[in-house]
Amino acid sequence: MSKILSAIKPADDLRKSAYRTYSNYVGRNLIDLYDDLHGMGALLLITIGVAVTKYDTAREIVHPLVRKQITRAGFRLFPMVVFLAAALGMVVIGQTVLMLNRYGAQTYVGTVMVTVVVRELGPLLAALLVLARIGTANVVELGTARAMGEVEALEALGIDPIHYLVVPRVVGLAISIFSLTIYLILIALFSGYLFAFLEAVPLLPGEYFRQLANALLWQDFVLLIFKTMIFGTLIAIVTCFEGLAHPLRLEEVSHATTSAVSKCVVGVVLLDAIFVVVYLVL
Amino acid sequence: MNVVTAARQKVLVAAVDWVVMPGEYWVIGGPHGSGKTDLLMTAAGLHRPDGGFLRLFGQDPAQLSEAEALKQRTRIGFVFKGGGRMFVDLTVAENIALPLCYHHGWSTEQAREEVQAMLELTKLTALAAETAHSLRPDLRQRVGLARALALKPEVLFLDEPAAGLEAGHRNWWRDFLGRLSDGSAFGAGQKTTVIVATSDFSLWHEDKRRYALVKDKRWQILKEHSEYPQID
Repeated sequence: MSKILSAIKPADDLRKSAYRTYSNYVGRNLIDLYDDLHGMGALLLITIGVAVTKYDTAREIVHPLVRKQITRAGFRLFPMVVFLAAALGMVVIGQTVLMLNRYGAQTYVGTVMVTVVVRELGPLLAALLVLARIGTANVVELGTARAMGEVEALEALGIDPIHYLVVPRVVGLAISIFSLTIYLILIALFSGYLFAFLEAVPLLPGEYFRQLANALLWQDFVLLIFKTMIFGTLIAIVTCFEGLAHPLRLEEVSHATTSAVSKCVVGVVLLDAIFVVVYLVL
Repeated sequence: MNVVTAARQKVLVAAVDWVVMPGEYWVIGGPHGSGKTDLLMTAAGLHRPDGGFLRLFGQDPAQLSEAEALKQRTRIGFVFKGGGRMFVDLTVAENIALPLCYHHGWSTEQAREEVQAMLELTKLTALAAETAHSLRPDLRQRVGLARALALKPEVLFLDEPAAGLEAGHRNWWRDFLGRLSDGSAFGAGQKTTVIVATSDFSLWHEDKRRYALVKDKRWQILKEHSEYPQID
């Protein structure tokens, strides 16, 4: 009997220990999540404060940095956006138009286009593209700068690292994602119609664009601006936070990058879900 | 100044009692890892002391407004060790122009004259268009010096500026800092208070200088240069 008990007891201890370990794991992750959200919230508020109060400070330094970010996250990604938008238009939208035509529902084309492209896929794709190309680069650059002591060097020169490193990235990414989304939507809508036209769908261009115009509401324009700007701000804040918030060693920069990408994807999708609710309420 | 410096909860140098007067030339010696860098960064106001109090130009940095703290910061220069922490995506000239453009609101063009003067002062004119990747660490360190001097600080902290350099470069640093201290480096005769951290006193051996030692977490001001001990 004692043998059986002794055999059971360790197993029981093991279970308790495993439970405790699992609880610790979940608890630790929840605390980490809280800390990260707290830190990112603080960084966002500080960045907004610095951007407003130091708008006129060192314009000759900071404004070119903003332009550099727009060039990097906007102009240089334009060819990729054209390719993605054309592919999106042909594959997704063209197919949808074809499908609607098959069931005689051509009158809904405009509504479907606006819902799918303008409200959802356009901003989401542009944000994910910028995250993949520029967000990751942000973490690597800032993480390396922090690891190499460049942030302390800025502080030693009396240069505010938030003003010099974070503000240009936030403003640049917000403007870039907004601009890229506009191009992505326009090209996707055109290429979608082009595909449908080549598939001999009986839908005249005038009718197609009239449907689009009818389906678009003023709220779509306002929310598109907000949504894309917020996506850009979120990606910039999360990537800057991951790169700058903790003292990193060089070998930790890659982990910080993957962590930032995961957080940005979750954040962008959650924000997108919130905007869906806003669209439904409006 | 009475400072307890700490990094990651570990006290590195305790009970530092140190007053630096304008125009003095201090040499702080100590073995590698003794906490000289943390001490210097704390004394320069870049780190907060964990205990005691720190006054810079007679003022507590923690009590200053943002504008006052910024003004105070520009009166202090800091040269980091091991390559001077040059900004890698900028050229030598852009590195030097950065603090000038940021604080004076100048364009790169407007800062050109000052940058040129600083390049000539530190013998870097030929390297103005180079980036950090193409420079040897000793030259990067010199870019760090030129950048720290761009705003003409009253106090200059240097963390092991001559460590690992060839004899020629070591002598250049010693002579240049001597000229900076006696006011002959800048045309206007502005004397700069110089504070150097080193793990080798012998290079900085001179009558007019003041010496202190950081060893075994203790801070000790040496009365005469002849008193300085073997550090390691």
